Amino acid sequence: MGTQLVMYDEEYNRINAVCDRLTKDANAKVVFIVDKNGQLISASGQTQNIDTTSLASLTAGNVAAMGGLAKLIGENEFPNQIHEGARESLYMTIVGSRIVLVVIFDTRTSLGLVRLRVKKASDELGKIFEALVKKTAEPGGMASPFAEISDDDIDNLFSE
Amino acid sequence: MSFINYSSREINCKIVYYGPGLCGKTTNLQYIYNKTNPETKGKLISLSTETDRTLFFDFLPLSLGEIRGFKTRFHLYTVPGQVFYDASRKLILKGVDGVVFVADSQVERMEANLESFENLRTNLGEQGYDLNKIPSVVQYNKRDLPNAVAIEELRESLNPRSVPEFQAVAPTGVGVFDTLKAVAKLVLTELKKGG
Repeated sequence: MGTQLVMYDEEYNRINAVCDRLTKDANAKVVFIVDKNGQLISASGQTQNIDTTSLASLTAGNVAAMGGLAKLIGENEFPNQIHEGARESLYMTIVGSRIVLVVIFDTRTSLGLVRLRVKKASDELGKIFEALVKKTAEPGGMASPFAEISDDDIDNLFSE
Repeated sequence: MSFINYSSREINCKIVYYGPGLCGKTTNLQYIYNKTNPETKGKLISLSTETDRTLFFDFLPLSLGEIRGFKTRFHLYTVPGQVFYDASRKLILKGVDGVVFVADSQVERMEANLESFENLRTNLGEQGYDLNKIPSVVQYNKRDLPNAVAIEELRESLNPRSVPEFQAVAPTGVGVFDTLKAVAKLVLTELKKGG
């Protein structure tokens, strides 16, 4: 079983900063980060009209399916994917084997620029997530907010 | 694998509905979707074939409210039940926190139930999970049909661990929310232990 993903303020802010900068530098519409299980971690740019939760889940499904295909032909995974639409395109890249960085862009930028900026951002993100995994594994880390909950707390969720 | 975000004070958990083809996994999600307040649910996504058979998965995000200041969200997934979609089923089990096994109560589907149950055990094992330990519940669906097998018989084959079990008629909602609540409770209780 993999380790539970836990996000703290410090890393969260750093990740958001990388996403914001990537959105600007690549002239992208939206940048978001999803874990491979389909949980949305961060979103930046014009996210107002996008169902980010669904996007995260479908991204994870897509990456999982492509990973399965890769293994069938003897590759470990396909670390980069590009999907070109008539107006909008999607670029996905796997960071540190656990996280997916997704960039949505249109004709105001180019694939070359997106690739270039993604490379730099994914190196930075890789380091942040590595640090995060270490921090989570440290003994005496932040106690789970759920350690203290009572059965009543759980029951109350379902009482309405 | 649940995702705890201390920064946005959220916790996300993944629940997978498993079971043989046409047992009613998607129907469970559709009923939940139709009966939930718009503000607590996201879109129901169904990746299905032209004949409405699940091709990859259905997905429904649900917010349950807050526990100790943390927003509690559940992501509900179904797997494609048909035998030949096994590769896809394995992928969907990645990162699962809780499982609902939906059994088809009809006598002619008993073998399919057993096959799917064993398949669940195998596929969980491949991901490093143990069906005997992961939070799980069993739902005996289609209890309204005349050819439904006796509960005792279903229990003997499909619930050896005596996990919480529910009788259901998914299209009318009988047992649907009871099943969901039970698995959600087990997942949260597990998180509590894990903390």
